Amino acid sequence: MILVPASVLTRRVLQHWARQPATPLFGLAFSIMLLLIFALLFGGAMRVPGSDGDYIAFLLPGMLTLAMMFGIEATMSAITADSKKGITDRFRSMPIPSGAVALGRSGADMITSVVELGVLVIGGLLIGWRVEAGPLGALAAIGLLLWLRFALLWVGIFLGLALRNEGATTAVQVLVWPLGFASNVFVAPETMPAWLGAIAQWNPISATATATRELFGNPTGITSGWLADAAIPLAIAWPAVLLAVFVPLAARAFRRLR
Amino acid sequence: MTPIPVLHARGLRKNYRATAALDGFDLDAGPGIHGLLGANGAGKSTAVNVFTTLIRPDDGEAWVAGHEVRTDPRGVRRSIGLVGQAHAVDEILGGRQNLVMFGRLFGLAPRLAKARADESLERFGLSEAAGKAVGGYSGGMRRRLDIAVALLLDPAVLFLDEPTTGLDPRARREVWRAVREVADRGTTVLLTTQYLDEADQLAGSITVMDAGRVIANGTPAELKRAIGGDRIVATPADAGTLPTTAAVLRDALGVDAVEDADAGSATVPAPAGTTSLAEALRALDAAGITLADLELRRPTLDDAFLALTSKENS
Repeated sequence: MILVPASVLTRRVLQHWARQPATPLFGLAFSIMLLLIFALLFGGAMRVPGSDGDYIAFLLPGMLTLAMMFGIEATMSAITADSKKGITDRFRSMPIPSGAVALGRSGADMITSVVELGVLVIGGLLIGWRVEAGPLGALAAIGLLLWLRFALLWVGIFLGLALRNEGATTAVQVLVWPLGFASNVFVAPETMPAWLGAIAQWNPISATATATRELFGNPTGITSGWLADAAIPLAIAWPAVLLAVFVPLAARAFRRLR
Repeated sequence: MTPIPVLHARGLRKNYRATAALDGFDLDAGPGIHGLLGANGAGKSTAVNVFTTLIRPDDGEAWVAGHEVRTDPRGVRRSIGLVGQAHAVDEILGGRQNLVMFGRLFGLAPRLAKARADESLERFGLSEAAGKAVGGYSGGMRRRLDIAVALLLDPAVLFLDEPTTGLDPRARREVWRAVREVADRGTTVLLTTQYLDEADQLAGSITVMDAGRVIANGTPAELKRAIGGDRIVATPADAGTLPTTAAVLRDALGVDAVEDADAGSATVPAPAGTTSLAEALRALDAAGITLADLELRRPTLDDAFLALTSKENS
């Protein structure tokens, strides 16, 4: 049975929050801050190709996607902290299925992500974002966002187990920014230099951002090109590819931690 | 056929790139406290990590309570408790929350896990701090919680990897008391330490390691005996009388004396222990030598350890 130990470990993280609520609250405050900076500070100057609506209609699905991406860093730091302290070694020396530790972590991180999406959606609604499609589409959009988060958290688990020194951790914390920004989260690839636009279109998080925009009935900022047609299948496929690569890598890194 | 000892290793090897952390390591240990002694880098922790399935050996076999680490790691994990060098408890949670969490991970039902947690807190004197975050515990309390977690399922073998490193003398004593109590209940304890007095205090048998191999096995008394018996160290008040002091001791006991001009003392073997000491005192007194210090020195495990490792290196 893997679910019992996994749920015990998920509960552990919830107990952490109860004892130190500043950590999750600061994370949420950061997401809200980023949303407000882009919506209110930069929003007035932004033009979305193929749309004359408000920037927030384009921005919010992108912000939701970026929040899923930035979760990598939280997952990685938590895993690294445990391996450094020796608590991971204790788990490894105990008769529990090896996947339980990672599954427990993902349970906790998925709960955080749902809360974070909820807070960002409410924040978005307050500053003028609207769901223009039906509730089923909106639910499907949330589903795709969580699917991306689930895949990326395994990337975080792998990096947390594999990169044990401070320098590598900092490098990842810095690199999530260009990786997150080189996408269509904030601006349409059409407005970028051709080479950067190409990278942005191929960025896995662009697929999810575009798919959620379509499902919410918001402008995608795409007037032509393959991404417009392929967004939803790609938003399903990309996380599946990430999982196929990083779940085995994470399992291997856990077995060979020392 | 003789049964396999609770802990049994033959020809363990583990290489990290060019260096051999374990280089043909053998061990047999049964119930009681077994000390694994060695300098930093001698391979003690690697041996513990192999026994606790944290690292796979490159070669050799290691059995724990009848389970082999490579062929039956789950069987091994069901039979052991591990207290590693790093604190392996959750610092944000309270002591009781930790015990309940680990009890649940060990497969105890919620109510049983809670009952077991309360028993453990009582047994290790942590009841009063049960709700306090472990981050605020003293070093000794944290170690005791560490040990309590490792013992939740009454394992056949408890591994303690340098359990008192960094603790103050009072906390060390607290931990020693807890370890003795565990061994008295019939648990096999493998204790690694760099502190020879710790092994001397706790262990019934000792294995000395150097460069990934065993260089000596025995009881603390046997190891001390192996490097020679008691000695008398006489320090005259007037350094000028040191040669006379040495000569008097030589004649009185009929043995060779060694003069240490730096320490201002003469050392001779004491074949008859305290009787030799009394003879030495009478002879020195008769010769009119005023002493600053006269000492009967028993060999310590430090002496044994230094003698063994220097023999090995020469």
